[in-house]
Amino acid sequence: MAEILVDCRGETCPVPLVETRKVIRQAKPGDIIVVVGTHPASREEIPMAARALGLEVLSIEGTENNWTIRIRR
Amino acid sequence: MNMEKQQPERLTIVLHSGDMDKVYSALIIGSGALAMGMEASIFFTFWGLQRLKKNGLEKGPLSKMNFLGLGKWMVKRRMKKANVATLERLMRDFKELGGKVIACEMTMEIMGIRREDLREDWIDAYGAVGTFIQEARGSQITLFI
Repeated sequence: MAEILVDCRGETCPVPLVETRKVIRQAKPGDIIVVVGTHPASREEIPMAARALGLEVLSIEGTENNWTIRIRR
Repeated sequence: MNMEKQQPERLTIVLHSGDMDKVYSALIIGSGALAMGMEASIFFTFWGLQRLKKNGLEKGPLSKMNFLGLGKWMVKRRMKKANVATLERLMRDFKELGGKVIACEMTMEIMGIRREDLREDWIDAYGAVGTFIQEARGSQITLFI
């Protein structure tokens, strides 16, 4: 089990979502994906995408302009 | 835990326009769908097909207020400032996430475009209306841009 960081600070739509998806595709079941970013809409949309993929959203922390999302593959 | 569905939902877009801003819409929506676990196809036809020509992706004018390219230049400058991805990068991401690019053969014939004039590395299939319908009939979302 690994922890994989996706740093999309400063990136805007649709890059945070796309970069997160790329990492989810590469990750192994059980891996923890930690996404950090500053794009407000992605704070809502990345968890939405993770749940649509049947993955568990472990936590959503921080403000809308500076957030950390943890997802279990 | 991986619980991806067996039969993924699908998005199909007809990209009829070659305008820069509309190509952005198509590629952003397409990669968004892929990122959220759907399959996605973009059918490039008519003016949209021009964007599949070699070095053609970024060449489209703005759909409004282009002002002979001045408007486009201003919008591109603002996009760069806002750190918006280039069309080249969006296309690369779309392909990497498994997006399908279909080129309209009739447009190629009308406009005298040969396969070697196009970015063949991006194109998954060359097709006509039947290919589009076949893609679209199984799609939950279809858009004409």
